[in-house]
Amino acid sequence: MFGNEKQSKSEFIQGLNKVYTWYTGGFVAFVILLAILEQMGMPKAWIGYSFLAATVLLYAGIGVMSRTNDAAEYYVAGRRVPAMYNGMATGADWMSAASFIGMAGTLYLTGYGGLAFILGWTGGYCLVALFLAPYLRKFGQFTIPDFLGARYEGNLPRLIGVFAAILCSFTYVVAQIYGVGLITARLTGLAFEVGIFAGLIGILVCSFLGGMRAVTWTQVAQYIILIIAYLLPVIWLSVKHTGVPIPQAVYGYTLEKVSAKEEQLLKDPKELEVRGIFKARSDAAVEKLKDVPAAMAADKAAAEKKVEELKASNGRLADIQAAEAALTKLPKDEAAARAAYTAARTSNAARANPPVRHAEPFPGKDDAARDIARKNFMALVFCLMIGTAALPHILMRYYTVPSVREARESVSWSLFFIFLLYFTAPALAVLAKFEVYTVLVNTPFANLPEWIARWSSVDASLLSVVDVNKDGILQLAEISIGGDIIVLATPEIGGLPYVVSGMVAAGGLAAALSTADGLLLTIANALSHDLYYKVLDPNASTARRVLVSKSLLLVVALAAAYVAAQKPADILFLVSAAFSFAAAAFFPALTLGIFWKRANKWGASLGMIAGLGITFYYMVTTQPWLYKLTHGAAITPEIAKANTWWDIAPISAGLFGVPLGFAVIIIVSLLTKAPGRDIQELVEHVRYPSLDGKTSAGSAAH
Amino acid sequence: MQLSARHQEYWSKNLRITAFLLGIWFFVTFVLVYFARDITFNFFGWPFSFWVAAQGALVVYCLIIWYYAHYMNKLDIEYGVSEGEE
Repeated sequence: MFGNEKQSKSEFIQGLNKVYTWYTGGFVAFVILLAILEQMGMPKAWIGYSFLAATVLLYAGIGVMSRTNDAAEYYVAGRRVPAMYNGMATGADWMSAASFIGMAGTLYLTGYGGLAFILGWTGGYCLVALFLAPYLRKFGQFTIPDFLGARYEGNLPRLIGVFAAILCSFTYVVAQIYGVGLITARLTGLAFEVGIFAGLIGILVCSFLGGMRAVTWTQVAQYIILIIAYLLPVIWLSVKHTGVPIPQAVYGYTLEKVSAKEEQLLKDPKELEVRGIFKARSDAAVEKLKDVPAAMAADKAAAEKKVEELKASNGRLADIQAAEAALTKLPKDEAAARAAYTAARTSNAARANPPVRHAEPFPGKDDAARDIARKNFMALVFCLMIGTAALPHILMRYYTVPSVREARESVSWSLFFIFLLYFTAPALAVLAKFEVYTVLVNTPFANLPEWIARWSSVDASLLSVVDVNKDGILQLAEISIGGDIIVLATPEIGGLPYVVSGMVAAGGLAAALSTADGLLLTIANALSHDLYYKVLDPNASTARRVLVSKSLLLVVALAAAYVAAQKPADILFLVSAAFSFAAAAFFPALTLGIFWKRANKWGASLGMIAGLGITFYYMVTTQPWLYKLTHGAAITPEIAKANTWWDIAPISAGLFGVPLGFAVIIIVSLLTKAPGRDIQELVEHVRYPSLDGKTSAGSAAH
Repeated sequence: MQLSARHQEYWSKNLRITAFLLGIWFFVTFVLVYFARDITFNFFGWPFSFWVAAQGALVVYCLIIWYYAHYMNKLDIEYGVSEGEE
């Protein structure tokens, strides 16, 4: 079904078109069937189970059908994936749980500031298209370290590449598996850890049996599900508010209304009152932090007094129990109390802030603060773009197309399929904000829609509403909303049936699973192909190499699941850090390797080490979590300020790593011996699709 | 294999188009964003700078990549360096 050597190219494409048309139709029919069953009274939990079981079984089925032990099939899907299908697979490979679930939420919370991710994660493909994809396809091996090893003559650059590929892919895959656990838990009500391992089966059956071949065809299937699931609720919401089913074209007018409402909310006396209460709470926490033991004693006395008063006045039993529970929940020792007061200070101070103006670029209290915001926005865009153009699991996909020509077209398709989602996310954020600002705000608490209670009972960090000023009416400042809820709750906000919520969750699952598949394969291939075959045992047979890769895949997947099950802190930071690492390690060495013949082994090796090293150093000295991990003590604002260069946030550390990487490669290369004639010829070979009129598809046999 | 003058010309044309498209990419991404606070005229409801970062730049990126693929695939044939059909 997914092709063999005997088929002609057009037969193969026709076959694929037929399979995926039927598949899309089948998915739509499945959703409609569930919708009918829901109307007939099928319980919500069953809808969740049906989506989970159907999609995971489907991915597993594709995995079984495309199982293989052939090296070219296993590593690069036989190099016959047509440009458009590789584009879809790259889209699914690229769009992770963070894009699908987190992106619209980030835009909702930060407005213009969040657009750095939209720009960075799409603009990076221009660099892939102009600098890398066609040349890497012409080179035509199996992995990215392969290119470094061949171009820079030796195992040292290859091994640095292996190390960097694993460093960025592993942190990234942990975040995906974490997302899989979260979505499975929501979809079915299973425990988080069970969810992780249920999702893991879906990932493993697919990539374990068929490697790149299975992953490619599963990713195409996953892309179709995720894009339908993302677009449908937004289109619905747009029709509801504007009457036009193309949200991307008309939400400008909705944004105007949101901006007008913002100005009103900034001055509204009731809003000011609520924000004032949060400010007072934050100030109280600051006071308590000045003398923690005294504050603890005062808290205890106040809580005891309240219990006694209630008892003396024959208060309601429920009130007395609540007061007693509050008394027992007070922090036991000084360290716990200090942590609790610090948390109260930060969270209340954050909620005392006025709402962000959605459309305002680089907000700040004065010109200096605005300049810093702009600088960091641009630095983040830079790191995300270069990182996009350097992530091995994405670049690897361009090895799977039949020719240089199709590699170029394939980048074009990739960005088009990614664009469909990223072009829509800003519209979704604005439409959701409009709904919250105009429909929810100023509603009496008694009349709030039902989904608010449902979501706040799932997880208070996602959504909580408390009548802080006790006026019985909901103010904007009384809503605390987590970014992840925007996409997941859109169907309910728009009043769609539950089956659409189930479909959105299945789309999120598809996004997380497809990215995890690609990443695991990258790690396993770096270890089995580059480390085991190219360095340790060059005489290993093909079957043995594939076997080693499969075993490693299992080990890496279990290790990643184990780390994800610990729920590591700051997982979002780790994902963004992966971009800075990839940018600093790979981008200078790969591009100079193609565009500058003089770049040599020592330049590339030292440049990669220097780029990675400075990026890592900057993060360790400025990022609170990493600082604590390496220095053993918490970072203070003074240390952070002293260690910060040019006001750049730790997330954009690649801003220093990339230029340093380029500089070191150029300087060291010029100081050492030029690469030999064979390397010059390799570079020429890579630069021309064909010097003798023959196709490069023959390199599938390597 | 020794490169002919035609080959050299092909490569320099490739470099030229790459630099040109990279210039557009840089302008849309960094120049327009740098001046985002100043270009805020109303564009079908959006402040222009918001629209550029949320929608406009993405369209330009798609066009850059599409045009590069189109141009280079034609150039390959013109200079006889295209791969033969299978």
